[in-house]
Amino acid sequence: MTLPYSAPQPGLWAAVAMIAAIVLSSTAGEVLTAAAMKSIGDLDEIRAHSGLKGAIRAVLTCPLFFAGVTFLALSFFSLLFALNHMNLSLVAPASASLTLVTNAIAGKIFLKENVDRRRWTSAVLVCIGVYFLAH
Amino acid sequence: MAHAKLLPRQQLILGLVAVCAPLGDACLSRGMTSLPAISLAHPSTLIAAVFTPWIAVGIALLLGFFASYLTALSWADLTYVLPATAFGNVIVALLARFCLHEPISMQRWAGIVLITVGVGFVAHGPSLTERPETQASSEPVLQQEQTR
Repeated sequence: MTLPYSAPQPGLWAAVAMIAAIVLSSTAGEVLTAAAMKSIGDLDEIRAHSGLKGAIRAVLTCPLFFAGVTFLALSFFSLLFALNHMNLSLVAPASASLTLVTNAIAGKIFLKENVDRRRWTSAVLVCIGVYFLAH
Repeated sequence: MAHAKLLPRQQLILGLVAVCAPLGDACLSRGMTSLPAISLAHPSTLIAAVFTPWIAVGIALLLGFFASYLTALSWADLTYVLPATAFGNVIVALLARFCLHEPISMQRWAGIVLITVGVGFVAHGPSLTERPETQASSEPVLQQEQTR
């Protein structure tokens, strides 16, 4: 992908810091949102019992959900900031693919998910695949 | 509580997660590139952009993505749902190839194969980590009437 105007590229460490900011805030957001949804329970069942309004209320009254959304917003703005300094063809695939691996690590540590060999293999394959597809 | 096999309804939700995000992004991109350049000095033009058809459809699709993503996270692991999100890129690349006749480079085909194999790996495993049912749910949201 070529840009009509290409900004002067930042140094290696600045680029690493910008991508790390996107990846870390996005991982924190995903993990907090996932924890929020697990604490609420099966949304399909809530909707079957208390309707769509009940399901929306269950989500909107969960503080963890807002913590998650805050980090996701932070990751979005760090993506915008990085795009201002670097090319989309580097930032988008690098952050999207790295996030898959950091999420697998964070899911195992914080959400106590059973990340077995099957899921590790998948995280690595999808990570490389996303990089190839988006680059 | 934990069930390895997904119900058809849950498979449909995962399908929506995969399809809505990339299609929403594509609509936003199409809508924004057709607009004249927007400068931060005139933020009102950004608000007007929200009401143009492509961008409105893009936002609706992304809202649909977020709703189905949250629903999926309520009954499946994060490490199970995320590969499904990535699979959406494969669907869009294939749509671009076969509907819009855009060429796909060897590197992109390799990406498509890797993502498909990776998603296949996860989809064969359980969708939710089995946990001993020790603690009650933090909120007394509902009584589990149906047993799975």
